[in-house]
Amino acid sequence: MLQGWVIVVTSFAYLGLLFAIAYYADKRADAGRSVIASPYIYSLSLAVYATAWTFYGSVGRAAADGVGFLPIYIGPTLMIALWWVVMRKILRISKANRITSLADFIASRYGKSALLGGAVTVIAVIGIVPYISLQLKAVSNGFLILMQYPEIVMPAKVGAVPVAQDTALWVALILALFTIAFGTRHLDAAEHHEGMVAAIAFESLVKLLAFLAVGVYVTFVVYDGFGDVFARAAANPDLEPMLTPLEGVAGNYANWVWLTILSMLAIMFLPRQFQVAVVENKDERHLNKAIWLFPLYMLAINVFVLPIAFGGRLHFPAGIVDADTYVLTIPMAEKQELLALLVFIGGLSAATGMVIVETIALSTMVCNDLVMPVLLRMRSLRLNERPDLTGLLLGIRRGAIVAILLLGYLYFRLAGEAYALVSIGLISFAAVAQFAPAALGGIFWKGGTRRGAFAGLLAGFVVWAYTLLLPALARSGWLPIGLLEHGPWGLELLKPLELFGLKGLDQITHAMIWSMVANLGAYVAVSLSGSPSAEETRQASLFVDVFRGAGSAGGARFWRGTASVPQLYNLLARFLGSVGADEAFDAYARARGIAWPREQLPADAELVHHVETQLAGAIGAASARIMVASVVKEEALSLEEVRNILDEASQVVMYSHQLEQKSHELEAATTELRAANERLKELDRLKDDFLSTVTHELRTPLTSIRAFTEILNQEPEIDAAQRQKFLGIVTKETERLTRLINQVLDLAKIESGRADWHETRVDMREVILDAAGAMEQVLQEKAIRLELKLPPRAPPVRADLDRMTQVMLNLLSNAVKFCDQAAGRIEIELSERAGWLRVDVRDNGPGVAPEDREIIFEKFRQVGDTLTEKPHGTGLGLPISRHIIERHGGRIWVESKDEGACFSFTLPLARDAALDKAA
Amino acid sequence: MGELEAKGQRLVGLCLLGFVLFNYPFLALFNVPTFIFGIPVLYAWIFVAWAVLIAAMAWVIERRR
Repeated sequence: MLQGWVIVVTSFAYLGLLFAIAYYADKRADAGRSVIASPYIYSLSLAVYATAWTFYGSVGRAAADGVGFLPIYIGPTLMIALWWVVMRKILRISKANRITSLADFIASRYGKSALLGGAVTVIAVIGIVPYISLQLKAVSNGFLILMQYPEIVMPAKVGAVPVAQDTALWVALILALFTIAFGTRHLDAAEHHEGMVAAIAFESLVKLLAFLAVGVYVTFVVYDGFGDVFARAAANPDLEPMLTPLEGVAGNYANWVWLTILSMLAIMFLPRQFQVAVVENKDERHLNKAIWLFPLYMLAINVFVLPIAFGGRLHFPAGIVDADTYVLTIPMAEKQELLALLVFIGGLSAATGMVIVETIALSTMVCNDLVMPVLLRMRSLRLNERPDLTGLLLGIRRGAIVAILLLGYLYFRLAGEAYALVSIGLISFAAVAQFAPAALGGIFWKGGTRRGAFAGLLAGFVVWAYTLLLPALARSGWLPIGLLEHGPWGLELLKPLELFGLKGLDQITHAMIWSMVANLGAYVAVSLSGSPSAEETRQASLFVDVFRGAGSAGGARFWRGTASVPQLYNLLARFLGSVGADEAFDAYARARGIAWPREQLPADAELVHHVETQLAGAIGAASARIMVASVVKEEALSLEEVRNILDEASQVVMYSHQLEQKSHELEAATTELRAANERLKELDRLKDDFLSTVTHELRTPLTSIRAFTEILNQEPEIDAAQRQKFLGIVTKETERLTRLINQVLDLAKIESGRADWHETRVDMREVILDAAGAMEQVLQEKAIRLELKLPPRAPPVRADLDRMTQVMLNLLSNAVKFCDQAAGRIEIELSERAGWLRVDVRDNGPGVAPEDREIIFEKFRQVGDTLTEKPHGTGLGLPISRHIIERHGGRIWVESKDEGACFSFTLPLARDAALDKAA
Repeated sequence: MGELEAKGQRLVGLCLLGFVLFNYPFLALFNVPTFIFGIPVLYAWIFVAWAVLIAAMAWVIERRR
């Protein structure tokens, strides 16, 4: 059933299906309901990494050296783990600056340099052409082999058929048409190709399923599982060394590591990867899933590579069937027609996916970064006066697509036979790896300059061309082979494959080492030896500091000049069409809440920046810069000014941080100060009170002493009894005076911390009994009943005995003063609870009002008016008691319910006492 | 931002781990003609380590606090 027409019809039907998917996705996108806004589609579209090289070539490489192909997939797995750091930054930068290609990214970073963008484009095109030729080779070979079914015949040498009958040429042309239909149907300011992405994701599924199908078939149907394949391989003397390949057939570990590094860079800087990962990205969060889904995809598509490779080697006699074709030829040999057709479609998917995305990415670069900058500079073309340039842009891109595919075909005719698929692909990998220093350096290092980036690219590219491209052409017979064997002009030191005598490495590792040394060396050395221009400094800041708010709005800070809105509008309309320009202006007006019509928009720096960014999306940053500069009058900022703006910006951020901190500190300080002030005022008031109270208290006894001594002095004839009585009063008042002064001194001593404390084990029972005994006389005089509720024995506390007695006496005399005058009753209770000893002194007096319960512990603050009523004491007893109790770690307070007051204090039990208790 | 940074650092750590696992001397240890479940031990090592690495990346990314 596998006649030629079946294969052709199936192929075209498949391409038609792809087109239908793309068409549907585009329609949905126009309707605002994107089908590709999904992390799964994003992950699948990243799998455009797996091309015909993976599909056919992995098996070919595995058949030659076992695991040697795996670094190409392990590298991206490692790199994608870094995407969280690197790719998020690139995405943020690209969205803010409307970056549409890798060339645009690098050019934009280094001061929107058209030269750099052009250089990146040229390197990318030259570097990728072999890769595209690989896809053409794979598809046309697959087609030719399948056409021979049921025979298995390898295709004839490329040169043997005339160009017009060469399948590869027809494949190239069909793919060119297909890509044009996909990628350049219309001009999108953001370069989004939703239809293309949907089709690519579908193709990724198809190629994975096809490969898994053939893998399962070979492993489990032709052979009896993994173990069977490997056991047979181990029994075969030809294949046995491939089971431990790393010190033999696959070269040394250095090759393995460099291949890993190479593919780590490739997954970032292949133009098609940049296209799907950055340009077509709908949402930064899609990265989350992609970071593990994409490596999983690569793992899945590689699981069956080794069984197929060994199966092919075991199946076919050596030298008859190219190992690159085992995926197809094993099912053919087993007469599995449908499976063979599925494999062919899978290979077609892998190849078309790569070609479509790669050529679209390259055509954008060629148009925006190579052709347009040149055309716009050629004044004779008068492009500035054309009203609508969208047609021109599309035309350039379509031309570029055809040209790139024809170049691929040309390379296929020239050099395609000399290498296996994998080797051709690796040459392209090494070319795009040259972008790494400029691109990665550009987003993390502000010091990289345009000259440095250019020097690095040029040096790396020259070494790449010398060590990889030149040998490829020499081996294909287009250059004398003696060049490889003896070096140019017989200079052995300059042999392209053993440059400066570096031997023992495979070709790719050798080229990578030298090109990276040259590239990185030139980039860093030239960057450091010069200084960046104003434009470069500005862009460096926008790129490196993208997460610090230097994003889209930041760019407008750097523009100074005058512009007119109609001119800006016309400029945009010429490249985007009037519909696109209207949309752009609408969006700008909406975002700023400015009313329509657009003529009322202020033509300020923000608007100019907005227009330039929109334009950059369509024609690249460098060209956009030129175009905007042509319609507005702008003042060039000097390097000094740009630095000042940057400094200002960073200083403003710093200052505002500092200011915020300062104001917080100030606020805290103010609160403290206010509290301190309140406290001071209070203390001042207390001091005044204290002085007036003390003087008042001192004056009362002094007055009576003075009065009585005057009487005694003036009336010497006073009788003895009277004299005795007066002298008694004087003595009592003097004692009172002494007591008062002692208490004032005592309090001052305690408060200042100069009091002496003699702590011993004190039994509070005894203290209470002592105090009660001392007061017995007074109690009897006033007929007050004292009740003691004491436990038979109380645990000791650590305290100063005299001070404790002083507290008890204070509280007791206080109770005596305030208890009921007629039927006084005082109750002292001692109790123990959980590590504390508590003493309550209850009286049946008038009690203490709630608002006074704190005040009475303050100095001289007796409740009631001290001026009219005769004070009952010095007013220092309770404050002194509080100081003493708190000094011992206890608490003193007063409670007052319906009747009487209850003064209570607690003391912590001595620790050893608590232990005694516990024991 | 703290969580994002932490994720980033964990992923960088996994990348470095992968670099160590798929490099000398680990590869040399397994580059011997021995079979495990009928599969050459070198191949088994690479694919299992690869799968574990991907699982770890998924865990770091998808874990919710």
